[in-house]
Amino acid sequence: MKKRIELDDREELVTCKPVTCNSPKVTIIEYGAGNLFSVKAAVERLGGEVVCSADPEVIRGADKVIFPGVGQAAAAMRQLRRYGLDRVIPELEVPMLGICLGMQLMCAYSEEGATEGLGIFPMRVNEFEKSSKVPHMGWNGVYDLKSGLLEGVNEGERVYFVHSYYVPVSEYTVASCDYQVVFSAAIRKGNFWGCQFHPEKSAGVGERIIENFLKM
Amino acid sequence: MVFLAKRIIPCLDVKEGRTVKGVNFENLRDAGDIVELAGRYSDEGADELVFLDITASNDCRKTRLEWVERVARQVRIPFTVGGGIVSERDVEALLRKGADKVSVNSSVLKEPGLIDRLAAAFGKQCIVVAVDARQDGGEWRVYSHGGRVETERELFSWVKEVEERGAGEILFTSMDHDGTHQGFACDAVARMTTLVNVPVIASGGAGCMEDFYDAFTRGQADAVLAAGVFHFGQVRIPELKCFLREKGIVVR
Repeated sequence: MKKRIELDDREELVTCKPVTCNSPKVTIIEYGAGNLFSVKAAVERLGGEVVCSADPEVIRGADKVIFPGVGQAAAAMRQLRRYGLDRVIPELEVPMLGICLGMQLMCAYSEEGATEGLGIFPMRVNEFEKSSKVPHMGWNGVYDLKSGLLEGVNEGERVYFVHSYYVPVSEYTVASCDYQVVFSAAIRKGNFWGCQFHPEKSAGVGERIIENFLKM
Repeated sequence: MVFLAKRIIPCLDVKEGRTVKGVNFENLRDAGDIVELAGRYSDEGADELVFLDITASNDCRKTRLEWVERVARQVRIPFTVGGGIVSERDVEALLRKGADKVSVNSSVLKEPGLIDRLAAAFGKQCIVVAVDARQDGGEWRVYSHGGRVETERELFSWVKEVEERGAGEILFTSMDHDGTHQGFACDAVARMTTLVNVPVIASGGAGCMEDFYDAFTRGQADAVLAAGVFHFGQVRIPELKCFLREKGIVVR
């Protein structure tokens, strides 16, 4: 009898959610902070369709958003304000993934250029001390992994980092990394995700992470 | 510091859009195809790749942007492009096509201020300064133009200057050791790693797996670059990683 109910539940689920074979559509925010080519290529390798845009309307209508960024925080924030994206991004309700500087800009404040961020995460972005080599560049392990974006990634697996500023560990941390201090390798708040490392440059592990995002 | 993995970097020489110096890999359809070879190294566990464009004349710039784009489309690890880079425009074009870093050498020996400008424009993390040097009566002398032209520069003062100007990494090749398969210039590398606070990539002299171990321990190198031993299979990356891991080196 119990088995029967499970079967029925499953059938119901299938009828409610029709199977679609459409490839995931991703909008990459193109706001003049670093090149998007590698992120775009990584999504396309995994079968995703990519649109690159800074148009608030396009971004509001997106299924999924990737928010990349390489460069300086204050300059990047100026670019976002120029396009009106500083108001659009925090209001998004679809899955959004900030990468590297993109993740840092989702925080409240960055020491880099002493700039306000988008304020999605109430965190402050700090600069690494010069006691170690900065930028923190290379393959480092990620730990204390929460599921979701990091599904299928093993504790201690290595991903590729390049950064001089970091987001401290908080209740939003879903992966951590150790370099001078233990800091947030990935963060999450509702539909907003961020990773400090570059999944698009992190070989198979990174591919897995992007795949997880595409499935959200 | 302890936690960051030591990097293994194969170097591919590129001429007119194809890899040269010969490779001796099994199961490659075309040993000269950049993307196929890069993909192979990436799958084997290389941590980064360096492409050195040895043509790099004006008419080859366009070809270069084409193959850089092909690499960026297919390869899932960071890569550096070097050879004939003389301006912000060159760097911008390469980064736009998906290169993660650029390597500069002769152009910054001629015009050291270029390092400051590139670091300011693109961030120091993507500016690798390559330095070729050889020992001359006890002193390390810097050479330009692929080792063909001797300069006035002494190695360690130049490396310090390069760091202060904004280099994100230093790729040091000992011309005395390059191609000898007798091991890296560990003493010079060790002096360099204590002198500067940016990563040092040791290059020149790889012959066997122990040489890599020495570069990481005696030389304290952050990364090691090699070409021939990988291309001809004397050293295979998966075995090298195992060997280093067993000896206590942190690798990916």
